[in-house]
Amino acid sequence: MTGSARRIWGLTYRHLALYRRSWPRVVELMYWPILQMCIWGFTSSFLLARGSATAAAAGALIGGVLLWEVALRSQMGVAISFLEELWSRNLGHVFVSPIRPWEMVAALLGVSMMRMLTGVLPAIGVAWLLYAFDLFSMGPVVVLFFANLMIMGWWVALAVISLILRHGAGAEALAWSVLFGLTPFSAVFYPVSALPAVVQPIALALPSSHVFEGMRAALEGVILWDHLAWALALNAVWMAGAVWLFAAQFRQARLRGAY
Amino acid sequence: MDAIAVEGLSKRYGDVLAVDDISFTVAPGQTLGLLGGNGAGKTTTIAMLLGLLIPSAGRISVLGHDMARDRFAALARMNFSSPYIALPSRISVRENLRVYGHLYSVRGLEARICELADQLDLGAFLDRPAGQLSAGQKTRVALAKALVNRPDVLLLDEPTASLDPDTGDLVRSWLEHYRQESGCTILLASHNMAEVERLCARVLMLKQGRIVDGGTPAELLDRYGRDDLEQVFLDIARRGTVDA
Repeated sequence: MTGSARRIWGLTYRHLALYRRSWPRVVELMYWPILQMCIWGFTSSFLLARGSATAAAAGALIGGVLLWEVALRSQMGVAISFLEELWSRNLGHVFVSPIRPWEMVAALLGVSMMRMLTGVLPAIGVAWLLYAFDLFSMGPVVVLFFANLMIMGWWVALAVISLILRHGAGAEALAWSVLFGLTPFSAVFYPVSALPAVVQPIALALPSSHVFEGMRAALEGVILWDHLAWALALNAVWMAGAVWLFAAQFRQARLRGAY
Repeated sequence: MDAIAVEGLSKRYGDVLAVDDISFTVAPGQTLGLLGGNGAGKTTTIAMLLGLLIPSAGRISVLGHDMARDRFAALARMNFSSPYIALPSRISVRENLRVYGHLYSVRGLEARICELADQLDLGAFLDRPAGQLSAGQKTRVALAKALVNRPDVLLLDEPTASLDPDTGDLVRSWLEHYRQESGCTILLASHNMAEVERLCARVLMLKQGRIVDGGTPAELLDRYGRDDLEQVFLDIARRGTVDA
């Protein structure tokens, strides 16, 4: 392994070792996505029982829940893994080791992906077993939905970490709450057109709204490539902004002595 | 070439000048003690030497690397221990050493962990979570972490704080042994004057961010007409400065 790969693996191993020693942590990863799936799955079953007119809405509801969990779990995966270092008062040791900031971020993203898959894949299984909803029936395009929402979770998490570097423990709560605040604008359960006109530009500035517009079309067998392209482009712009913010706050923390 | 060279180093936090224009060098293989009361600037100086803090002014070179431009090359050959920065408490001692072994790209890592476990007597608790250890055991683990990459420069911030005399003596003996064996350069910040007298070839006395005196322990004792460094420390803390 090269030096970079070893350092990234070192920090990844630290988190894997933590989960290996604590099954409650692993269960907690799966708990919320499965619980969400059960609640919204029963709601969908109820809607389905009301008549065929709501059948498409029921499918979109379950698909929306599953895919939004991808963004939520990806964001929490990065932010909480960073907080683990903060809580264990270990950041000082990490930052005086030869690990570069980008390598630390790469390790956090890798851990986040593992956490997200551990949480979301069982929920996808539950949707298939209990409600006969097959997320992958949309075809390979579902991978692009996954990727876009995961990247969105990552840049939101980088912004949260930047705020934690700037404001300390006072900003910790954002690690759990910030993406929930974007849910109304992400058009997870309804189309962007259902939002008030004044809010629609906000929704269209988020990659998630384009993913969910694409998902609803894909459930009807149509792939909206323009929405996918918008999601990808917006992710690139927001990610660049989050990386800039992180780099700036990291330097500020070294100036202020925030570790 | 000096192992550590510090020139005109300052650190300002708003109106507070934590470190005020200090300059010093440490020769390869030498142990330098930083002495001073609380708030004298010892920990801030160490944080700047490690690249954890960006200085307000001045220049730091470690092992020939400018810490402002090339700190990662130096950090790979340095290490650090402080009782005020913990290791992850929920993973085992062995896992902690593996993490840091990978971060420092240590070759033959498992053999190195066995070697350190043998030398620092960690074997009995190598597979226990670090958070379940006694203070003395944690200090030995922190020392093992600080030595995992066989550093050429070792920075220690109060390495024996809150240890019983027996464990403190064990740590000091091991540091002497490691320096003699490896030729490592050590910078030690401590409030323990007996420790500084025993380990350090040279001492810098800091007060309010400035170097107010310095020399070998014997020179300082002679200059102040005292029997031990604690009395010298009290003289400086209470009476003011003597030109170095």
